[in-house]
Amino acid sequence: MNVLTDNFPTYWKGFLGTVELTVYASILALVLGFVMASFRVAPVGSFRALGTAWVTVLRNTPLTLLFFAVLLGLPRFGLVLPFTVFAVLALGCYTSAFICEALRSGINTVPRGQGEAARSLGMTFGQTLTSVILPQAFRSVIPPVGSTLIALAKNSAIAGAFSVVELLGTYKTLSELGYNIIWTFVWIALGYLIITLAISALFNILEKRWGVAR
Amino acid sequence: MSRRMKALDHDATALYDIPGPKTERRHRLYGVLSTLLVLALVGWVLYLLFDTDQFTRTKWMPFEYKGIQELLLRGLGNTLKAFAIAAVLSLALGTLLAVGRLSDHKPVRRLATLFVEFFRAMPVLVMIFFIYVALKMEPLSALVAGLTLYNGSVLAEVFRSGINAVERGQREAAYALGMRKTQVMTHVLVPQAVRAMLPAIISQLVVALKDTSLGYLITYEEFLHAGKLIASNLDYDLPFIPVVMVISPIYIGMCMVLSWFAQWMSKRQRRNPKTDAADVAAAEPGTLLPGMQ
Repeated sequence: MNVLTDNFPTYWKGFLGTVELTVYASILALVLGFVMASFRVAPVGSFRALGTAWVTVLRNTPLTLLFFAVLLGLPRFGLVLPFTVFAVLALGCYTSAFICEALRSGINTVPRGQGEAARSLGMTFGQTLTSVILPQAFRSVIPPVGSTLIALAKNSAIAGAFSVVELLGTYKTLSELGYNIIWTFVWIALGYLIITLAISALFNILEKRWGVAR
Repeated sequence: MSRRMKALDHDATALYDIPGPKTERRHRLYGVLSTLLVLALVGWVLYLLFDTDQFTRTKWMPFEYKGIQELLLRGLGNTLKAFAIAAVLSLALGTLLAVGRLSDHKPVRRLATLFVEFFRAMPVLVMIFFIYVALKMEPLSALVAGLTLYNGSVLAEVFRSGINAVERGQREAAYALGMRKTQVMTHVLVPQAVRAMLPAIISQLVVALKDTSLGYLITYEEFLHAGKLIASNLDYDLPFIPVVMVISPIYIGMCMVLSWFAQWMSKRQRRNPKTDAADVAAAEPGTLLPGMQ
C-alpha cells in the first residue's frame, strides 16, 4: 500500500510522461489523420492512392516494429532527437491511420444530397466543406475517434519499454528499490484507468453535446 | 469509360460533383505533380540509404548464411506459434465470457461484465509485464496469457453484439416453438451470428498477430528478437537498416494477408442474403467507450 505514498514523485513523473505522450501523439494523429482522410476522399487518383497506401501499411504494422524501426533506425540517418519525440512520431503516425479511417467513414455517412444542395445554392468548395459537410461528419465521428484515442493512450505503454519516461516504465525503478511488485502494478494499472476513463468521459461529453441525435 | 461510370466507380461522396473536362485536366496536373513529389521523396530516402552505406556487401552478407536464415525462421516460427496458441485460447475465452455476459443469472452476468470491461481497459502490455515480472512466468506463457486476456475480452464483446444483432423475430420464433435457451442459442442464434461475425473476428485476430511482437519486449525469442540479434552484430557492421528492410515486409505482409481475408469475407457476407439480419460493429480499435454500446 505504501508503494504509492513513498514513491509518489516517481509515479507522478511517469503519469505525466504518459499524459504528455498521449496528448502530443493525439494531436499529431488527428492532424495527420485529417490530412490522410482528405487525401482518401480527394478526386485526384494519386492522392487517393497515397492515402490508401498510408492506411493499409500502417494499419498492418505491429506497433512494436514501428517503434523498433523509428527509435533505433532514424538515429542511423544522423537524425538525433530525444526519445520522447521519436515515440510521439511513431505513436502519432500509427494512430493516424485509424483516425483517417474513422474520419473517412464519417464523411461517407453524409448523404450526397447535402453536398449537391450546397453547391446548387452557389456555395464554393470551401464553404460546402466547412459549413455543410464537416459539421455533419463531425457528429458521427466522435465515438470512433474517442475509442481510437483511448487505444493510443494504452499503446503509449510500449514507449516505456524503449526507455521513454512513462507510467509502465516506473515498475523497473520501483522493483529495483525492492517494493512489492504486485502493488506496484496495481497503482500503474490505476494510472492507466484514470487516463482512459478521462478520455472516455471527455468524449462522452462531446457526444452528448454534439453527437448525432438518433 | 463514360463519366457516369467513373462516378459510380469510387464511393459516393457529398464532397464534389462529377468533374468536367477542365477540372479533369486540372486533376490530372495535380496527380502528376504529387506523383513527382512522392517520387522525389522516395529518391531522397534512397539517397540517404546509399549515403549512409546501407547497401554495402558486409551489411547484407549475414542473410546468406544458413545459421542466420534459420535464426530468422525460428523467430518467425515462434511468432506464429504464439499467435496460434493465443488465437485459439482467446476464441475459447471469448466464447466463455460471451456466454457469461448473456447468462440469465445476474451474478454471472455482473462478473463477466466486470472481467471484460477491466481487461479491455488495461493496456495489453501492462498485463504482459505483470504476468512476466510479478507472476514470474516464462516469456511465451506470459505473452500468450496477456494476449488471451485482452483479445478474449474484446472477442466476447464481438460475440455478444453479434448474437444480439440477430433479428429479434428469430429468437422469439424459436422460443415460441418451445425451444430451451440452449437450443435457441445453438440451433438458431449462433449459426446466424457466426457468419456475420467472421470478418470482425478475423480483424481482431490481426490485432493479436500484431501484438505478438510485444513478446520482443519481454525477451521472447520471436521474429523481432531474432532481427535484433542480427542487427547488433559487429562483424557485419551493425546491419540494422537491412534487418528492418527484411523483417518489416514479412511482418506487414502477414498481417495484410489476414486483413485482406477479413475484407474478402465481409464482402462475401454482404452479398449473402442469409446474413443481412446481423450487422456487427468492427472490433478494432480496442476499447469502445464505456457505457456507449
